[in-house]
Amino acid sequence: MTSVTYHDVRLMEPSKTQNYLNVDYGFLSWLLTRDHKRIGILYMISISIMFILGGFFAMMMRLELLTPEGDLLTSDTYNKFFTLHGIIMIFFFLIPSIPAVLGNFILPLQIGAKDLAFPRINLLSWYLYIIGAFIGLFVIIIGGVDTGWTFYTPFSTQYSNTHVFGTTLGAFIVGFSSILTGLNFLVTIHRMRAPGLTWFRLPLFVWAIYAASIVQLLATPVLAITLVMLMVERVVHVGIFDPALGGDPLLYQHMFWFYSHPAVYIMILPAMGVASEVVAAFTRKKIFGYRFVAFSSLAIAFLGFLVWAHHMFVAGISVYSAMIFSFLSMFVAVPSAIKVFNWTATLYKGSVSWQTPMLYILGFIGLFTIGGVTGIFLASLAIDVHVTDTYFVVAHFHYIMVGGAVMAYFAGLHYWWPKITGRMYPEWWARVSALLVFVGFNLTFFPQFILGYVGMPRRYHAYAPEFQVLNVMSTAGASVLAVGYFLPLCYLLWSLRFGRKAGPNPWGAVGLEWTTPSPPPKDNFHETPVVTWEAYDYPAMLKAMGETQNV
Amino acid sequence: MSDVTPPAGEHAHHPFLQHHFEDLTQQHEASTLGMWMFLSTEILFFGGLFLAYAVYRVSYEAAWAEGAHHQNLLLGTINTAVLISSSLTMALAVYFSQLGRRIATFVTLGLTFIFGSVFLIIKGIEYHAHYVEGLLPGAYFTYHSPLAAKVELFMVFYFSMTGLHALHMVIGAGLLLYFMWRAWRGDFGPEYYSPVEIMGLYWHFIDIVWIFLFAMLYLIGRHH
Repeated sequence: MTSVTYHDVRLMEPSKTQNYLNVDYGFLSWLLTRDHKRIGILYMISISIMFILGGFFAMMMRLELLTPEGDLLTSDTYNKFFTLHGIIMIFFFLIPSIPAVLGNFILPLQIGAKDLAFPRINLLSWYLYIIGAFIGLFVIIIGGVDTGWTFYTPFSTQYSNTHVFGTTLGAFIVGFSSILTGLNFLVTIHRMRAPGLTWFRLPLFVWAIYAASIVQLLATPVLAITLVMLMVERVVHVGIFDPALGGDPLLYQHMFWFYSHPAVYIMILPAMGVASEVVAAFTRKKIFGYRFVAFSSLAIAFLGFLVWAHHMFVAGISVYSAMIFSFLSMFVAVPSAIKVFNWTATLYKGSVSWQTPMLYILGFIGLFTIGGVTGIFLASLAIDVHVTDTYFVVAHFHYIMVGGAVMAYFAGLHYWWPKITGRMYPEWWARVSALLVFVGFNLTFFPQFILGYVGMPRRYHAYAPEFQVLNVMSTAGASVLAVGYFLPLCYLLWSLRFGRKAGPNPWGAVGLEWTTPSPPPKDNFHETPVVTWEAYDYPAMLKAMGETQNV
Repeated sequence: MSDVTPPAGEHAHHPFLQHHFEDLTQQHEASTLGMWMFLSTEILFFGGLFLAYAVYRVSYEAAWAEGAHHQNLLLGTINTAVLISSSLTMALAVYFSQLGRRIATFVTLGLTFIFGSVFLIIKGIEYHAHYVEGLLPGAYFTYHSPLAAKVELFMVFYFSMTGLHALHMVIGAGLLLYFMWRAWRGDFGPEYYSPVEIMGLYWHFIDIVWIFLFAMLYLIGRHH
């Protein structure tokens, strides 16, 4: 028998044969598909719609904040808009973004599997996502919700007159989508790897998805049951969390953040995985310190479970527990910094090329570092007390979630777009949009660090006049950012029809996903690959290519 | 290279081998691991309720003891015995399915289903008694005592925890009916028994949750 090795990659011709897109047609062939690649596409379409919706709410907020007076939105509407922005972007966009779209599509290809371990459960998790999303959209149509995405009690259970029940039900259901996706990935990585693909030969994207999946599996159920208790309290009017009836609102916050802090790592760990893939591919080098990068993913997942109460420093927890959580929170910076140092060391003396995925990832590394360092500010008790509930916090977590996770999602989308669609995106336009996103992002959120530090509180639709200049900058940046996000929507759709044919491996990258035709056939590999090489073996590949050219 | 290639399993054409697995062993290992992971997520799901229960048990110990006194110890004990018996028949069903004994598998799965149903009926009788006593939280709560508000909180946890447990029982009972049908059809044998085995894992998990619930809701604080 023959086996596929990366040496064969250059020899492969673009396939004109059957692939996962043309194997069958019609709506039902998509809605009932069990192919991980098609389910990835279904997720891609759904989360893009949610991203546009969440972006609309963000843009309306930025327009309101252009002037100090509350003139565009009433305070009630503003409350609903920032709540919906948060809920949509976190539960319906960021959590599923890299895992459910890129992980779904790429992970089985990277480990040489025909599909995920449980294809039907994979489809079920997309349907759970859709049911949750429709409940969320229904809530928006009938009037929205104004509790903030955190649903803090007792406001959410006793006082808010908006649609808390429906929203939490939607979040509850979409939580199970996330749990099942994580479970599917974990079993797939454990049991479906191609022969010879040992743990330390796995691409780092797989390690990152693995670590994030553990968090999805073990943290999400706690949020689910917390939301059940919240719904019970709201419907039955008993004091689970309401202090007036003998409940403990701090208990709610503990249980909420036990999920919602690790949720940040569900967003950022896969982003780090994309960064490792892209940095290696566009420097033509092995990742510096492979094992450190791999284990730091697990370390982040583990430590991420131990830091939740740093969201509650001013909520009335004891000073001793605050000190412990402060220390542990700073500790998470260690594995994160290990990753940043290793990516940087990989760049050193690499033959760096400046294609769009690399531009996004270079942006990611810088912005994630700023977000991480300001996270250490916030983990320090004294500074946290000063800037709690100000725009400093808003800027910090947007640097992690947008500057980190969304940048990496776009990097991954561009990097694997030729594999997913078989077409190249237009490079010039893509570089322009990457630049716009980077500039627009910094212009939007850097002024918010300053605003927060000088005392502008978050979640108000009006503010003191002296904050206006920085707010105008921020709104201007948001407009640039919007253009930067809108461009890919146009040129990626354009490329589906008019893009240059990509061929199996347009980047000359190593990794099993690049050994299949683009787009891949329905069962990914005609023959199960046998892996005899380590991940990111670019030196060996370059050597092999050199030898061929000499012949 | 061929020495690294896995042998095409001798059961490669088994009717229940899904096409994306190499062989039945891989399929069996994947589904078993999947169920264990699902149970780990379930532990955290129930765990949230256990945590909140524990917090309020420490805060309102007297009310919690008073609540425990309103549980029917006899029915609770009978139910515990019923559920442990159902775990025995479930374990036997796994054993018989591995041997490919069609009728024995069907009967033991059926007995598990019957024990599970008896449990749910007894639980329903208990719920009805609480309702009559005015212990159903919310609009129908008419219980009078100096600690009534906190006893209501206890009953919220009682109904949430046993209700969530009962929901798992109902789902398990439905799955049992499905697997009884498949066992009758003769699907299971030494080569292919993973559905019965992971059903067993799920069923034993529900059983263990009940053991904890019985201790926490019926027994602790009863003799103050």
